[in-house]
Amino acid sequence: MSDAIQIIDLSKSFGDVRALDRLDLTVRTGEVHGFLGPNGAGKSTTIRVLLGLLRRDSGTVRLLGGDPWKDAVALHRHLAYVPGEVNLWGNLSGGEAIDLLGALRGGLDRARRDELLDRFRLDPTKRCRTYSKGNRQKVALVAAFASDVDLYVLDEPTSGLDPLMESVFQDCVAEVRRKGGTVLLSSHILAEVEKLCDRVSIIRDGYTVESGTLDELRHLTRTAVTVETERPVTGLDGLAGVHGLRADGTAASFEVEAAAMAEVHRHLAGFGVRALTSNPPTLEELFMRHYGEPGREPVEAAR
Amino acid sequence: MSTFTGTLRLARLALRRDRVRLPLWLLGLTAVAGVSASSVAGLYTSEREQAAYARTNITSAVSRVFNGIIPEASAGGIVVAETFSILAVLAALMSILAVVRHTRQNEETGRAEMIGSAVVGRHAGLTAALLVALGADALLAALLAAGTAAAGVPLAGSLVLGAAVGATGAVFAGVAAVTAQIAESARAANGTAAAVLGLAFLLRAAGDGLAPVEDGSVTSLWPSWLSPIGWAQRVRPFAADDLWPLAMHAVLLAVLVRAAFALTDHRDVGTGMLPVRRGPATAARSLLGPLGLAWRLQRGVLYGWAAGMLVMGLALGAVGAEAEEVLGSSAELADVVGRLGGGGDLVDAFFAAMMGLTGVIIAGYTVQALLRMRAEETGPLEAVLAGAVSRPRWMLAHITCAVLGTAAVLLVTGLANALAYAAAAGSLDRVGALTGAALVQLPATLSLAGFVVAMIGLLPDRSVAISWAALGICLLIGQLGPILELPQWVTNLSPFSHTPSLPAADLALLPITVLAAAALVLTAAGLTAFRRRDLAF
Repeated sequence: MSDAIQIIDLSKSFGDVRALDRLDLTVRTGEVHGFLGPNGAGKSTTIRVLLGLLRRDSGTVRLLGGDPWKDAVALHRHLAYVPGEVNLWGNLSGGEAIDLLGALRGGLDRARRDELLDRFRLDPTKRCRTYSKGNRQKVALVAAFASDVDLYVLDEPTSGLDPLMESVFQDCVAEVRRKGGTVLLSSHILAEVEKLCDRVSIIRDGYTVESGTLDELRHLTRTAVTVETERPVTGLDGLAGVHGLRADGTAASFEVEAAAMAEVHRHLAGFGVRALTSNPPTLEELFMRHYGEPGREPVEAAR
Repeated sequence: MSTFTGTLRLARLALRRDRVRLPLWLLGLTAVAGVSASSVAGLYTSEREQAAYARTNITSAVSRVFNGIIPEASAGGIVVAETFSILAVLAALMSILAVVRHTRQNEETGRAEMIGSAVVGRHAGLTAALLVALGADALLAALLAAGTAAAGVPLAGSLVLGAAVGATGAVFAGVAAVTAQIAESARAANGTAAAVLGLAFLLRAAGDGLAPVEDGSVTSLWPSWLSPIGWAQRVRPFAADDLWPLAMHAVLLAVLVRAAFALTDHRDVGTGMLPVRRGPATAARSLLGPLGLAWRLQRGVLYGWAAGMLVMGLALGAVGAEAEEVLGSSAELADVVGRLGGGGDLVDAFFAAMMGLTGVIIAGYTVQALLRMRAEETGPLEAVLAGAVSRPRWMLAHITCAVLGTAAVLLVTGLANALAYAAAAGSLDRVGALTGAALVQLPATLSLAGFVVAMIGLLPDRSVAISWAALGICLLIGQLGPILELPQWVTNLSPFSHTPSLPAADLALLPITVLAAAALVLTAAGLTAFRRRDLAF
């Protein structure tokens, strides 16, 4: 079994609203997979189908080798879930909620729980009603990471955490990965995904627009280049794959598609390169490109 | 910018949110008043019958406990006796719920924080909530006056009756304004205000019930003077039409509102005045499962109901001892009780009628306990079902708590009733029969419970409204069915119509078995539907 999650052509509608439209997602066992998309793209709906909370309309969904709807109870012993909006019971203490959530999936490691409480600086004696959004998230995170499971499904788990706690969270994900665990991390904090994830899937309006390693995704996109030459560069705008050229005497800046990079290098060599910086696109640029930043077209239509 | 800036805008927002709820309350209460008034007008037409009703009310502590003291022997007076107590309590509940909904509940959900960050004064939220609640009370007063006057009783008395009910509602809007500042959750704010209401009712009931009868007239004792419901009763609609007691409501309302505003100045948004107790750092073993969790979530409601029904059972048993003497004096009342309770011995008929009513009231607990599942579903259920918990197991945990809780409340009520009667009558003869009369209500209650479960499975979005409406219909059929002589098929709609009228009638096993089977089938339908549907977040 090499894939922890395999979703093919998943569709789901709520009344007239088509929330998921032939979505694909593959998460390999042992990887940290970033699940990206703007608000309302269908991330939480996908996750809820994966957990058997919602029923799929069509498509195939395999989770840890089973059917998430039919085998929900058996499968849930092997996964931990942190919801996007953590709702708890107002009159239970945080410690009680953690123990309960852990017990419901089959028990948790008490020593690890106490250690995590310490690292996340969470007071377990406070009533859940009095917790802030960030603290409610910590409750769910402690309960999840104190469980020894194969798969962690995390739906925007850091949206209420401060930067210090975010780094604790990143350490926890790294520890899971070292132990061979699998993580599906839905997020729109791109720096976090860039730092943590082996592969990412980007979804939009209920379907997957791109999926792969960050390198692969970058390969599909343009690199920003600035160059200083001995003689003014000419003829760049004639090359295929060069965009947004701005030339000012011996300085030029432009964007270039990955496939055209070699050709551009050869062309520039003839003008005596003094300095050259090339920045691979950040995930953010990549993301923006898919969500209609004005004046930019996707490099490659995904569908 | 003053501390009241934005009040009107917030009041409009509150009215927009309540555009279905408040009209339903107002129309429902007006309907209760109108229907009772016209049925009274039809039942007690002659002066002789009206005098007999008044005599019964005055000589019976039971009647005085539940209905208060009749202002005069006339159709109007009977309308007051039949409707005032229940209308006053319901108007107070309407006001309490409205004020808490637009104050503490907003703070609990974080809405108040968002609103507070806009150009809105510190006192605007509370003022808007009070405006809406007091406006509803004023409108209710007018509607009640119109509804009762339409049945043919004098307009002046109807107006005074409406004003008395509205004033009681207004005072409890003030009570809720204060409890919403003190308590930390909407639930606790509602509960505390409702407890004050229960106390007000008990004080009024004690003052009226214990009052000595002299020369065929009776005057409330001092405990009634401690209760806003008792004050409102003193306007004596149709007899005196004396409005000065309502000045006490105005003064108390002013004091309560002043106090609530003072409290808002001394606390932070989102916090209460009472310190929040800390909880245990780790969970007890008993909590660690769906059943343990359901029990933890439901036990508070159960304790509250058990305590309330204990008091009610004791009161019923104590007054039941004098049922014979009181009911024997009035052929009309004996006839009504006989029709409600199924004939036979008058004491048995009285208890059968009372237990039939009590069964429907206790079903209110059952509905409340089961609907906790809907609150969970829109909240933390997602995280529970993401654990290794099947949907039927989760649902059955809540159903188990609700069913055992219902049985416990019925048992408490029955035992309290039986033992209080035994003490008052000085005989243990009826202990078994009276306890059984409470427990025999269980199958009908369970079939209503099955209906609620089926609705949660099949129509989750509407289930809350439908369930409460079903309970209301059962209550109306049980209360008014025999008196209004409703068609049999309408009466048959309520499961409680099929419960054997113990102790007046014999225990019939067939209806009980059918009710229990209906409960099982409906519950199974609900479980199946819930297992197959999407979670409704």
